[in-house]
Amino acid sequence: MAKIHHAFFDVSYFETLAGQNTPVHLVDPRAKVLTTLLFILMVVSFDKYAISGLLPFFVFPAVMITIGDLPLSYLLKKLFLVAPFAFFIGIFNPFLDKQTVLQFGAFAITGGWISFTSILLRFTLTVGAALILIATTGFREICLALEKFKIPRIFVLQLLFLYRYIFILIEEASRLVRARRLRTFNGRGMTIHVASSLIGHLLLRTINRARRIHLAMLCRGFDGEIRLMRDLKIQKGDYLFAGGWLLAFLIMRFIDIPALFGDLVMGLYP
Amino acid sequence: MSHHIVEVNDLRYNYPDGTEAINGLSFTIKHGESVALVGANGAGKSTLLLHLNGSLAPSSGSVRIGEYPLTPETLNSVRRTVGMVFQDPDDQLFMPTVRDDVAFGPLNLGLPVNEVDEKVITALQTVDALHLKNRPPYRLSGGEKRAVAIATVLAMSPDILVMDEPTANLDPKTRRTLIRLLSSFTHTKIIATHDLDMALELCHRTIVIHRGRITADGLTSDIFSNDQLLLESHLERPLSMQGCPICNRKKPK
Ligand SMILES: Nc1ncnc2c1ncn2[C@@H]1O[C@H](COP(=O)(O)OP(=O)(O)O)[C@@H](O)[C@H]1O
Ligand SMILES: [Mg+2]
Repeated sequence: MAKIHHAFFDVSYFETLAGQNTPVHLVDPRAKVLTTLLFILMVVSFDKYAISGLLPFFVFPAVMITIGDLPLSYLLKKLFLVAPFAFFIGIFNPFLDKQTVLQFGAFAITGGWISFTSILLRFTLTVGAALILIATTGFREICLALEKFKIPRIFVLQLLFLYRYIFILIEEASRLVRARRLRTFNGRGMTIHVASSLIGHLLLRTINRARRIHLAMLCRGFDGEIRLMRDLKIQKGDYLFAGGWLLAFLIMRFIDIPALFGDLVMGLYP
Repeated sequence: MSHHIVEVNDLRYNYPDGTEAINGLSFTIKHGESVALVGANGAGKSTLLLHLNGSLAPSSGSVRIGEYPLTPETLNSVRRTVGMVFQDPDDQLFMPTVRDDVAFGPLNLGLPVNEVDEKVITALQTVDALHLKNRPPYRLSGGEKRAVAIATVLAMSPDILVMDEPTANLDPKTRRTLIRLLSSFTHTKIIATHDLDMALELCHRTIVIHRGRITADGLTSDIFSNDQLLLESHLERPLSMQGCPICNRKKPK
């Protein structure tokens, strides 16, 4: 439990990162959300054996991290936290797909290993891009951008409230768990019965909390609509940002840069 | 305008599970008064407060705020008049930033954005929390949360401030700051509390509640020197009215 607590408390570090004032941070959230979505779409649209074609796409995270002044090692750590998912999605490929596609002397590389590598690359790129988006934009601004994109308000509000109260819920849960631990010894006492009662308590507390929040909202004139103050102003630079990256992505997607580069090098040494 | 700003008449309330939380309460509060509601845990203070802005509807009896009896039709104007500061600021601060939170009420009132901005700044300045404007509420300290919660209510320009245990969970210095802040307000104040020392400083008048009934209603200084009454209501003289334990012990026989 303590671990979950920490993993989440770290999230507020993202908020600190998002509060910076680098050129990347100042780009309109909508431009960043859109660019990131396009990036992810391009990356997943490659065929399953793609490896070299994906490599140029690392330019995007590299540029964002450098200009956005983000701590690379921290982002990598977060990436590793979720990496097992990608690993288990791809790990069976080498056993299922044993067709040899490359031969280095005695070494045969099968299609399975290539698609496994491709999955890991794609995972790194897409999740990395999402993390970078949060660290350069902030969760609230992303929600605001989603709202401007006409995502139904109710979903956006759900996200916002989740983000606001997740910390309190986790704290409440860890208090319950601690209370239990203080009264049990040798790891005994965590029966199904106790666990379900803990969960029941947590649910009740959550419902009570929700009722009180709703009451507090009603007291201040809540009528079913939440009005946010901030109005986003899109500027020329924001179009340039999104347009520029889109162009770059298209080039990376449809022109095989590593192959061109290879040809070029080969051309130099005939 | 009548000078009785809050009028509660034979109020009774049973929770859905049958708990009789309020058993026939009547009192009136005049314009500009500061009244402390004191009583043991479970006496019914919070339940009573929730009736004052229509968050709960009485099982029987009536509540009158200013010129309006509290009915579903007058609910909105009553809620503008009565500003409620909840016991747990986390319940009251639900927006992504302090600024959004303070703006929430005024925006719902339909004020134009530039006016809302002014209100937000004034309210935050009043509680000395303007520097917290862009912070997310969950990262504030207990005292800061309390101050911002009060600002969210001030931004709606209420006539009456209703507060549920405002000094609970505050350290002594933060508590002192809060008391100073509250004493600077000219609103009609109704404060439910266990903190009798605060009541003594802020409120001229005290209503003692025990098991959903009023057991005393009068000058704070009179009530807090009536030991019999305090004992029966599960309370104790405020520390500032008790003899100093150290000096008393040292007294020569
Ligand atoms: N939601 C509820 N459902 C049932 N009973 C409640 C509820 N809230 C409070 N009570 C009961 O009503 C009585 C008065 O509670 P409350 O007004 O919270 O007291 P106080 O604020 O003075 O400590 C208590 O006996 C309490 O257990
Ligand atoms: Mg209470």
